Amino acid sequence: MSTDAIEASGDPRFSVTAESGIWHLTMSGRWTTMRIALVDPLLRALELPQDGQAVIDCTEVEALDTAGAWLIDRTERALSQRGVSVALENIEHNQNQLLMTVRANDAECPEPPAPTNAFIALVERVGMATVQAAIEARDLLNFLGHAVIVLGRSIRHPGNVRMTSLVHHIEQAGLNALPIVGLISFLIGIVLAFQGAEQLSKFGAQIFTVNIVSQGILREMGVLLTAIMLAGRSGSAFTAQIGTMKVREEVDAMRTIGLDPMEVLVLPRIWALVISLPLLAFFANIMGLLGGAIMATVVLDVTFFQFARQLSGAVTLWTFWIGIIKAPVFGFIIGLVGCYEGMRVSGSAESVGRMTTRAVVESIFLVIVLDALFSILFAVLGV
Amino acid sequence: MSNTILDISGLRTQFGASVIHDNLVLKVQPGEIMGIVGGSGTGKSVLLRTILGLNKPAAGKIKMFGEDITDCPDEERRKVLRRMGVLFQDGALFSSMTVAQNIEVPLAEHTDISPELRAEISDVKINLVGLPLDAANKYPSELSGGMRKRAGLARALALDPEILFLDEPTAGLDPIGAARFDELIRELRDALGLTVMMVTHDLDSLNAICDRIAVLLDKRIKVGTMQELMADDHPWLHDYFHGPRARAAQDTVAGTENT
Repeated sequence: MSTDAIEASGDPRFSVTAESGIWHLTMSGRWTTMRIALVDPLLRALELPQDGQAVIDCTEVEALDTAGAWLIDRTERALSQRGVSVALENIEHNQNQLLMTVRANDAECPEPPAPTNAFIALVERVGMATVQAAIEARDLLNFLGHAVIVLGRSIRHPGNVRMTSLVHHIEQAGLNALPIVGLISFLIGIVLAFQGAEQLSKFGAQIFTVNIVSQGILREMGVLLTAIMLAGRSGSAFTAQIGTMKVREEVDAMRTIGLDPMEVLVLPRIWALVISLPLLAFFANIMGLLGGAIMATVVLDVTFFQFARQLSGAVTLWTFWIGIIKAPVFGFIIGLVGCYEGMRVSGSAESVGRMTTRAVVESIFLVIVLDALFSILFAVLGV
Repeated sequence: MSNTILDISGLRTQFGASVIHDNLVLKVQPGEIMGIVGGSGTGKSVLLRTILGLNKPAAGKIKMFGEDITDCPDEERRKVLRRMGVLFQDGALFSSMTVAQNIEVPLAEHTDISPELRAEISDVKINLVGLPLDAANKYPSELSGGMRKRAGLARALALDPEILFLDEPTAGLDPIGAARFDELIRELRDALGLTVMMVTHDLDSLNAICDRIAVLLDKRIKVGTMQELMADDHPWLHDYFHGPRARAAQDTVAGTENT
């Protein structure tokens, strides 16, 4: 048994002598894993005799473990490969047992595969990623189709919607998001008003700050910020919840009982977002305008009353609707991607984390792409 | 001074108000295989985690190799750590590394051994635990549960520990795999002079390889050989060692010894 591993006195050592044609390797000290690094390079570099007889003397070996035994075994084997007949001398019974065990287990494992050419590896990765993206797009489309069918069925038979679950998710994703969505929207209103005022004051047109704030918040920022918040807050939560259920085989258990996970898990979540996102976006609009109004009164010397009058001239009802129309679509996409990635979790807890990240990135990406498409659509329609 | 390798005295662990162990005493002698058993919730795993230092006891002393490890500087702890090996339930291999790399982690962390020798030592350990050679370059996710345990054992053995802790080594293995694993542990104990402490639910393991058994009863520990504990008239022990499963396990062992 090794005692204090730091103690220097027991360091492993060896010496070589050649007496009357017999090559002698005398080992001493503690040949253990902790200290073996001291002798390994020396032993590796040792010049071995080409033929004749050799003796490995272990009289003074104080301790031996598998690493030490391996070194002895390796040296012994190197000698016999050169045609030297080797004898082990004075090895303790226990140490010999250990040496036998190591000797019986000295097969060499295959080398790790060599890394491929960097250029080929790059091409391979690009190709794999492309194919992967295509497969994923197809699967997501597939999931979309499935979700639409189930969604359509739920509209025809509203009794099939799990009300408890739906209300729960509306509370989680909608009601509980009110403070953070409101705060962010309020702050963005302030920022917009401040930046707008700074630029417009150069033309003496500060009052048009109200137009910038109201158009910006109602058409774009209110709904977009809400959607991004929900993607981060609820989309990821959906993936994690459904993913964890998949890992624990709860989803499989549901299927065997005859429950359709699409109906039980996915549908209430998507509905919850479709319902709460427009409501949250409305709230965000109000808070954003409020932020703008407060900033306007503080910085621009525009009274609240003036702000309201300017506002009624700056926006039409359509400005408001353009923002709100997008909200259920964004909600649908966020819910869809969140649930889709959750259903794709397989096996390990690690995959839950990976899929959650993907869900957030993908849903924010899709929300912004859709937003751009909506802009084009509205431009074409001329609203 | 006795040559006790692990000496626990007056150990008390508690979570909030619930006391798991109270005034627990346990001594483990070098070279023995000790099994830890107990009903669900009696704190077998907690005891193991406390010994490993993953859990701080509320009171008491744990001495390993004569060193008090409940309260000692980090440098001392590191010295103790590299003299022990741990196999967690599912191997707890680092998933981003191959099996060979996993085994080399403790070697790289605690010694100055050159990369060549590290690879050679990991080859020996892979063979020693009975893994196929091509497992060396596989990732944990590509291995079966039994192979992951063997790989975890190889990593636990990397530094040639003097004491080995196993958490339910045979859980989740089929009976043949479990019997082989038991056999492997006994062989390693004999070959490497290990002391083994294992938490287990497997009556066959207890029967086949454990020299002594520590039973967690009423927040304390009762230690004895299988025969001694079977003769004990504590109701839980009686149920445990005389239940239908226990009889079946003993019959198998008796049967194999007779033939």
